[in-house]
Amino acid sequence: MTHESVYDGLFGGESDQWAFGTDFDDPLAGVTAAVPEGADPGQLAAYCLMLGDDALVLSHRLAQWCSRAPDLEVDIALANIALDLLGQARLLLIRAADADPSVVPPLPHGSPVPAEDALAFFRDDGALRNVRLAEAENGDFGETIARLLLFATWRLALFGRLVASRDAVLAAVAGKGVKELAYHRDFAARWFLTLAQGTGESRLRITEGLAEAWRHHDELFRAHPVEQQLAALGVAVDPAEAADEVAAVLGQVFAASDVARPSVPQSGLPGGRSGRDGVHTEALSRMLAEMQSVARAHPMGRW
Amino acid sequence: MATAYEIAAAVPDPELPMLTLADLGVLRRVEEHGGGEEHGVPEKHSVADKHSVADKHSGTVTVVITPTYTGCPALGAMRDDLVRRLTAAGYSGVRVEVELSPAWSTDCISERGRRALAAAGIAPPGPAPRPAGPVPLTLAPARHDVRCPRCGSSAELISDFGSTPCQAVWRCGSCLESFGAMKGI
Repeated sequence: MTHESVYDGLFGGESDQWAFGTDFDDPLAGVTAAVPEGADPGQLAAYCLMLGDDALVLSHRLAQWCSRAPDLEVDIALANIALDLLGQARLLLIRAADADPSVVPPLPHGSPVPAEDALAFFRDDGALRNVRLAEAENGDFGETIARLLLFATWRLALFGRLVASRDAVLAAVAGKGVKELAYHRDFAARWFLTLAQGTGESRLRITEGLAEAWRHHDELFRAHPVEQQLAALGVAVDPAEAADEVAAVLGQVFAASDVARPSVPQSGLPGGRSGRDGVHTEALSRMLAEMQSVARAHPMGRW
Repeated sequence: MATAYEIAAAVPDPELPMLTLADLGVLRRVEEHGGGEEHGVPEKHSVADKHSVADKHSGTVTVVITPTYTGCPALGAMRDDLVRRLTAAGYSGVRVEVELSPAWSTDCISERGRRALAAAGIAPPGPAPRPAGPVPLTLAPARHDVRCPRCGSSAELISDFGSTPCQAVWRCGSCLESFGAMKGI
């Protein structure tokens, strides 16, 4: 049997339903692009890249688990979490490009690649502004869960404050993100508890994974000047303000799991510069090489 | 003749086709601009016979929708379906805009939508949690009383993440069937 399109076969000739292969040119179409009074558009773009890159990079790390997770439910869960983060990243990268178009890397004339894809696939590691916790290799399942717990708890605390941002887009992204991140955090926290209370081996893995993720803990609460200045204007959140809430939530998980809060040397910051300044670990370069290779090979491609 | 709102409201959700966009609560507004409606006999029509209805509407229309989950790919399909159906009804220009705030909640799902979900074997959501301060950590899974849509018995959570971003997977304690349940957000 032949069909005019591959979808005809899937739908038995009834193509009224489209579940696949559709795009969305601009998920922010119709959303106001006004920059809050007093805020510098370049700074707003930089801040959107920070929060957007955190989500983009961890989304890709989680997607690397696809088909490799311990069981089907976990596989689907990690892919779902990756999808939520990718959605957040997309809105934030679009917002960055709207606020300051100069952040978008140049592409060949006539390229149909939209701004958010150009930002995701055509920037080198030095232009990414994510915290280094997001880019670390997945390691084993314990390490992945420990990192997700730390990341989601931190991001939820940030977004819980960002809902009051004077920037309408940031406030809206945070408002939706809070609901998603609460699920991510609780998923990670339950697995953390399960692994800590499981076998000697699973407990060893989760505590070692936690120690590994914790090397990037302090960087999460270190405010970049852009974050500080926009926070003073009521646009951004100073991550230092979220430290107590994060410590309290993690304290609950650690207490239930009978695990001590780690005390490990922090990953070095060369010249005092962090992921927020574009200073990353080698892990990000390797990840981007894989993530970006297809898009970069086809800068005139339409996806 | 169906209004632009009625046409938009009747578009089914791409992943949960037992629900219309209006049932799901993602359709915020439909605004018609210019052109006059011709008053004709209401006519049942499908997308296939768009030529027969192409002269029934004129002018342009703006549809405002809101995403369920931020990354839900169904948003693009909803946009395409809205454009196709309204264009087929004769509107010369269809613009679909996205509104992020206030964020969608499962509380926006209509009563008819809840019944349609249950009839299709998907447990409808309970009330969405609305914490006043920071969202409290929940280390124990069961957050609301989910009932098996087949036999009405109590169920246990298998996974908070299911076949679509908005569903969790539960298993009935009595008939042992697993089923999707809309998460209350």
